[in-house]
Amino acid sequence: MDIQPKLVAQGISHVFETGKGDLLVLDRLYLEVKEGEFATIVGTSGCGKSTFLHIVAGLTNPSAGDVFIDGQKIQGPGRDRGMVFQSYTLFPWMSVQKNVEFALKKSPVGAREKQELAAYYIDMVGLRGFEDSFPGQLSGGMKQRVAIARALVYHPSVLLMDEPFGALDAQTRGLMQELLLDVWEKNKCTVLFVTHDVDEAIFMSDHVYIMTTRPGAVKRELEIPLPRPRSYEVVMTPEFTTLKREIVDAIREETLKTMNAPTVKELA
Amino acid sequence: MSSEVPQAAGVSDVPPNIRKQRLLVLREDIAQPVYTLSGIVFIAILLVGWAGLTYGGFVSPLFLPTPTAVVAEAFRQISKGILFPDMWASVYRIMLGWLIATLFAVPIGILMGNFRFFEGLWEPFIDLVRYMPVVALVPLTILWVGIGDEQKFLILFIGVFFQEVLMIMNNVKDVPMDLLRIGYTLGLSQWEVLWHIVLPASMPGIWDTFRITVGWTWTYLVVAELVAARNGLGRRIMEAQRYLATETIIFGILVIGLLGLITDLSFKLLYNHFFKWMKENR
Repeated sequence: MDIQPKLVAQGISHVFETGKGDLLVLDRLYLEVKEGEFATIVGTSGCGKSTFLHIVAGLTNPSAGDVFIDGQKIQGPGRDRGMVFQSYTLFPWMSVQKNVEFALKKSPVGAREKQELAAYYIDMVGLRGFEDSFPGQLSGGMKQRVAIARALVYHPSVLLMDEPFGALDAQTRGLMQELLLDVWEKNKCTVLFVTHDVDEAIFMSDHVYIMTTRPGAVKRELEIPLPRPRSYEVVMTPEFTTLKREIVDAIREETLKTMNAPTVKELA
Repeated sequence: MSSEVPQAAGVSDVPPNIRKQRLLVLREDIAQPVYTLSGIVFIAILLVGWAGLTYGGFVSPLFLPTPTAVVAEAFRQISKGILFPDMWASVYRIMLGWLIATLFAVPIGILMGNFRFFEGLWEPFIDLVRYMPVVALVPLTILWVGIGDEQKFLILFIGVFFQEVLMIMNNVKDVPMDLLRIGYTLGLSQWEVLWHIVLPASMPGIWDTFRITVGWTWTYLVVAELVAARNGLGRRIMEAQRYLATETIIFGILVIGLLGLITDLSFKLLYNHFFKWMKENR
C-alpha cells in the first residue's frame, strides 16, 4: 500500500423514495480506482450503476457512505471531475467551439487561451473544421466527441462516463471506443466508465467491476491484463474470449436473479 | 448463357410507391407547389361559394352580405377615417395588455418551472382563476378600474396571464435535466446554471408560447371592447350587431383574422431568425 488510490467509494448506500415506499438501489458499495487507471462498471439495467456515477460526480447525495478523491471527501460537484452523459448534452444554441469554451467559464485563463485550448481538444477528438458547426448539424458520434472534448478541456483528474456510446450504432461505437482510448492515453487521467456492454468494458479497461443486481454492490473485480495500446483486433483473441466468458457468466447469474424476483413473478 | 436472374416483363426496379408520388400516403411528403396551392384553392372555393350563395339570392343579405357589400364597407370605413383609428386603438390595447401579462408571466413561469416551491405555492391559485370565464369578469373589472383603457388591459391580462404562465412553466421544465447537471459538473452555481443554461435552452419554447398567446388576445379584445369602448375593431363589430349591419361585422372579423395572421407570421419569421440553431435540430 505505497500509493493512495485516486478514487475511493466507501460503503455507498442509496435509497430512492418512491410512492410505494423506499427502494434500496445501492447497498454498501466499495470500490477503489488507482491513479491513471481506466475502470469500468458493468451491470444489468437498473442495478444502480448510473446512480453510483451521479454520486461520484456529486450530483446525488448518497444515503450513506462517502466518496474520496485523492483522500478528500467530495462535497457536491467539482471541477476535479468531468462528466459525459449518455444523452446528448451539448448546448444547441452554441457552436462546437463555444460549447467547449463554455467548460472554461470558471477557469482563470484569458479569452485567447480559452480559444486555443478548446481548439486543441476539438482537434484531439478529430473534429477540426467543425468548430463553427452547431450541435444540430452533427451526428450522434460527433456530438459525443464534442462532449468528451468539453469534459477534458478543463483538465479534470477524473473522467466519469455514463454509457457515453449507448445511443450510437455498433460501427460508430467501435470507432468511438478506439478514439477514447487514444485520447485517454494522451491525457493520462483516471476514467470511471459505466456500461452494460461486456465487450466495451473489456476492450477499454484495466479493471472491470461487475455489479450485483439491485440493490447494487460490487460482485466481482476483474483485472484486464491485455496489453496496450489495444486495437479492435484484440476482441478476437482467446484471452479476450476467456475474460468475456467470465463476465458474461457473472452478469447472467445476476440477470437470472432479477427474473426470479418476486415483483416480476407477480406480473407474470 | 447468363447467370443473371431474368427480369419479368414490365417490372421495374423502383418500388411502386416511389415511382409515382401519390397525394395521400400516411406522413409522406408531397410536392411543395401542390402543398401551397391547395391552401389557396381552398380559400378560393370558400369565396366562390360565398359569392354563389349571395349573388344567387339563396340567402338574405341580412344573414350574409355579398362580397361587394363587404368591399364597399371597407372603402366606406377607410374613406371616413374609421378603420385605421379603430385598428390602432385595438392593436394598442392588445400590445399593452399582452405585454403586461407577459412581463408577469415570464419571471413567474420561470420560477414555477425551476422551483417546486413556487409551483406548489401558485399553481392551485392559477388553476382556479384560469377556469373562471373571462366574460363574466367584465362587470367586476369595470367596477374596479372604470371604463377606460385600463379595463381593457385588465381583461386581456386576465385572459392571457393565467394560461401563459403555466405554458412558460412547462417550457422551462422541458429543458433536459442532464443539461443542468452538466452545468453543475462544470462548476457553475445554480443561479449560473439558470442564467447560462436553463434560460437560453427554454427560449425557443417560450417564444412559441408568445406566438400562441398573442393569438388569443384578439379573442379577448372583443370581450374587452364589449362594454364601454368608444372605438376599436371589437367595438365596431358589437355596435354593428345593434343595427344588423352584417357587412360591418363580416368586414371587422376579416380584418381581425388578417391582423392575427400577420402577427403569427411575424412571430414565426422572428423565431427562424433568433433560433436558427433549432432548425437543424429538427
